Amino acid sequence: MALDSADDRGAAGVVVTVAPRDSMAEGRQPPAIGPWRLAGRRLRRNKVALFFLALFVVLVVMCLLAPVYADHIANIGPNTNNVTGTVIVDGKQQNVVSLTGVPIGPTWGAHYLLGADTNGRDLAVRLLYGGRTSLLIGSIATVIIIVLGTLAGLLSGYFRGAADFILRPVMELIWSFPVVILGVALGTALAIGGIGPVKGNSLYIPAFIIGVVYIPYLGKPIRGEVLRLRHQDYIDAARVQGMGNWRILFSEVMPNVASTIIVFIPLILAYSILLEAYLSFLGAGVQAPNASWGTLISDGLNYLQTTPTYSLIPGAMLVLTVLSINIVGDGIRDALDPRAQVRVRT
Amino acid sequence: MDEQLLEVQDLEVAFATEDGLVRAVSGVSFTVSRGEVVAIVGESGSGKSVTVMTLMGLTRSPNSRFAGTARLRGEDLVSASEEQLEDIRGKEIAMIFQDPISSLSPVQRVGAQIVEQIRAHENISKAAALDRAIELMGRVGIPNARERARAYPHEFSGGMRQRVMIAMALSLSPSVLIADEPTTALDVTIQAQILDEIRQLSAESDAGVIFVTHDLGVVADIADRVLVMYAGRLVEQGTVDEIFYDPQHPYTWGLLGSVTRVDRDPPRRLPAIPGQPPSLVATPEGCAFRPRCPHAFDRCRELPPLAPRLPEAPGHLDRCWLAPSDKRARREVAGRIGLSEEAAAS
Amino acid sequence: MSRFIARRAFSAILLLFATSVVVFGIFEVIPSYNPARAIAGRNATPTTVAQVSEKFGFDKPIYVQYGNTMKLIFTGQIIDYSDNLNVVQQFGQRFPVTASLVVPAAILWMVVAIVLGSLSALRPGRLMDRGLMVAAIVGVSIPVFLLAAVLLYLFAFKLPWFPNTGYTQFGSNPAQWAYHLILPWIAIAALSIGFYSRVLRSSALDVANQDFVRTARAKGLSERQVFVRHVLRNSLMPIVTLFGLDFAALLGGAALVTETVFNLPGIGQYEAQAIGNLDVPPIMVGAMFTAFFVVLFSALSDVVYALLDPRIRLTG
Repeated sequence: MALDSADDRGAAGVVVTVAPRDSMAEGRQPPAIGPWRLAGRRLRRNKVALFFLALFVVLVVMCLLAPVYADHIANIGPNTNNVTGTVIVDGKQQNVVSLTGVPIGPTWGAHYLLGADTNGRDLAVRLLYGGRTSLLIGSIATVIIIVLGTLAGLLSGYFRGAADFILRPVMELIWSFPVVILGVALGTALAIGGIGPVKGNSLYIPAFIIGVVYIPYLGKPIRGEVLRLRHQDYIDAARVQGMGNWRILFSEVMPNVASTIIVFIPLILAYSILLEAYLSFLGAGVQAPNASWGTLISDGLNYLQTTPTYSLIPGAMLVLTVLSINIVGDGIRDALDPRAQVRVRT
Repeated sequence: MDEQLLEVQDLEVAFATEDGLVRAVSGVSFTVSRGEVVAIVGESGSGKSVTVMTLMGLTRSPNSRFAGTARLRGEDLVSASEEQLEDIRGKEIAMIFQDPISSLSPVQRVGAQIVEQIRAHENISKAAALDRAIELMGRVGIPNARERARAYPHEFSGGMRQRVMIAMALSLSPSVLIADEPTTALDVTIQAQILDEIRQLSAESDAGVIFVTHDLGVVADIADRVLVMYAGRLVEQGTVDEIFYDPQHPYTWGLLGSVTRVDRDPPRRLPAIPGQPPSLVATPEGCAFRPRCPHAFDRCRELPPLAPRLPEAPGHLDRCWLAPSDKRARREVAGRIGLSEEAAAS
Repeated sequence: MSRFIARRAFSAILLLFATSVVVFGIFEVIPSYNPARAIAGRNATPTTVAQVSEKFGFDKPIYVQYGNTMKLIFTGQIIDYSDNLNVVQQFGQRFPVTASLVVPAAILWMVVAIVLGSLSALRPGRLMDRGLMVAAIVGVSIPVFLLAAVLLYLFAFKLPWFPNTGYTQFGSNPAQWAYHLILPWIAIAALSIGFYSRVLRSSALDVANQDFVRTARAKGLSERQVFVRHVLRNSLMPIVTLFGLDFAALLGGAALVTETVFNLPGIGQYEAQAIGNLDVPPIMVGAMFTAFFVVLFSALSDVVYALLDPRIRLTG
């Protein structure tokens, strides 16, 4: 039974890509390649992740261009009521909201592409603006979490002492609170009063809340990693060489937690967008007149039986976006740390 | 006495990886008879562990490819089905692994683990099996066996753990015992004891033993015949006397030369074989040792067959084109066996 | 063992205390928060509001208010602001509903997750594994309320297989009880199954690569025996931890979204209403309730750990 023939144990033919028998007597060693480039190469090979990355980019661009769509295509803003207006569909003029209060369905045209709601607002425009809001809040929250979470993890893990004494119980406390309850409590509270100069209906409030709630989700693992790393020999070596603590922290410790942080970024972005949807759904997130996918879904629930699209279309957009982020995130994690057994065709 | 227990013929094992097909074992053939101890020597990566693990079917995975046969009393192990192998493992052919702390289940009592081995093949009660296990533990030299059977692996010392593994492996009186570097993880003093146990017990049961090691001292102590492996191939094969007193292959000379001798002055530099073992993905043509062999000549571009070249020793095979008289002339420099002038002259 | 219990009890008390302070503090921060007005009603006159304020002690300093509230909570007399109901009583009445929702859903998701995760780990890279991966990723990408809405729409409206809302007590009619809860159970379980089975799969693959698993195989045990007796037992720990936390949170009312969408009168629904009304007492009691469960279940999962792995000593 020769090795190179089709193996009846299941391998569908083995094409051997052995390096050509060259004159180099020692044979060829595979070229040495650093872990980052290796990860990049693996990620590039992951077609699924790349596809969803493209999809995510498309969704983001669409939502960011919401004002362009509103101004130039739909000619109507997201909050503009238009109960008495009319629109031309297939050459005929129709009421945006009929005399019996039923809003128009999808026209598949420039105006009211996906139809209108009971206030005569253009659903497609609201969908894009809502997406913009959701993505914006999610991104701001992610930045807050990454920066503060990493800082908290590094400080409490590396310096221990006073920093750890304060940061660790705080992180534990926030972390043990069920996310939704804490978020909703803070959200409701701050939606009314705001914080300092920031008003209650500012978008920064939900972003801030989500940021605070999720900091321990990054801070704790980073702290754990730093605790593990600080006992490594190269840290002691650096100290012996005379490097100061801060320099060690940034030049020796941080690069080693970098891969953890990178794996967390898409995860946190996905969680943040989802949490914003939860909070807005429950009324504790984005406040009227602003809209986000969460508020759109919540508004649409009242009409679930008659016009499920009010809820389901923003829902679908939300799921697609979060799904894309999660798939890309999975791909990044696989690229940096592949452990699953995969059938390899050589 | 001359009955061939195990006959391995042209065994080839390769693994499909991201970097190409790794040929771990290429064309290995040998036999093991009842009551004899065969040692397989080589450095890390030589393929010795893969060879013996393949005998037990432990290298099977979606990415592995096999060729050749390994007949245990006529039945081929390489192409056997999983069910057949499950019958054979533990009962006909048993294995002792290198690192007993990781090779024993940490969450199961030691006695229970031996009982599990026994009851995997024999339909006896747990109590009866436990009695047998305790008796075995006593035979391998574990004091207070009845109490100690209730202990967990982490409560034993390294040597005792290895004795447990030996007891477990011999519990069903297998015809072939494979020991994969069983003493590498142990202190030298314990090593001697364990070797004694293995030798004594296998002599009692008349089993054939395959002993994998990189330590020539152990080989000299325990082996009847020796197989030397390099880069996945057998490069020399013979009785222990033949190998130690009349080694034919330059790699063997290097191995023997790198052993420090107590009856001579310590060398200024430890003689080592210069260079690196070749990549198993892109093996060079011809003799795999050629790049590191100071005696290589142009014929070495052609792979030498493993053949007997000494009329007076038909069982002594090697893979080197040099004429036997040349070999004897070149292998000793300044009274020391070694690979080259520089290596020997230190 | 008693040291373990003592330490856990102590940290429980600390956590309960900290939780109550945090919740209380959140609402004190709001400048426009005026519970007296909320209780007195929209059209109350300033005098009424002042009377209410005095009656409830809102004019007293914060720490006094806090002390009073805690006292009322622990004597079971605390009243909520919106409906004048006894909070502790409400919790008592509503807890069986939440438990009916959460416990069967949890059992469902754990059993299915262990089975699917195991099958996935046994044949990595095959169809089941890939399918599970897809299911898991989709599962963590859908918010519960959306899934609940979709389930309601498909199976209660479009295909009237299930009732759309409401709860029937187990005592009065077990069949109806289950019938009304099936969709909510699916909503809760569906989202966790994917994630948990992936965690188990990952853990099982790690364990499967360990040396002692190889030894077990070398003994001649069948793949199934190797997996169940050696791999599975050693890979359960991560999901035990996760389960402890998730289960505790759910019992404490984290399923508030599901309860709201399906109109189940459980603790979560009560907490959601309270939050909307800025009604502090139920929120405080709810948070402390959850914290209690968190400590209880994290202690339980530590006990399970010690059972699974004899190298671990219960030190608390």
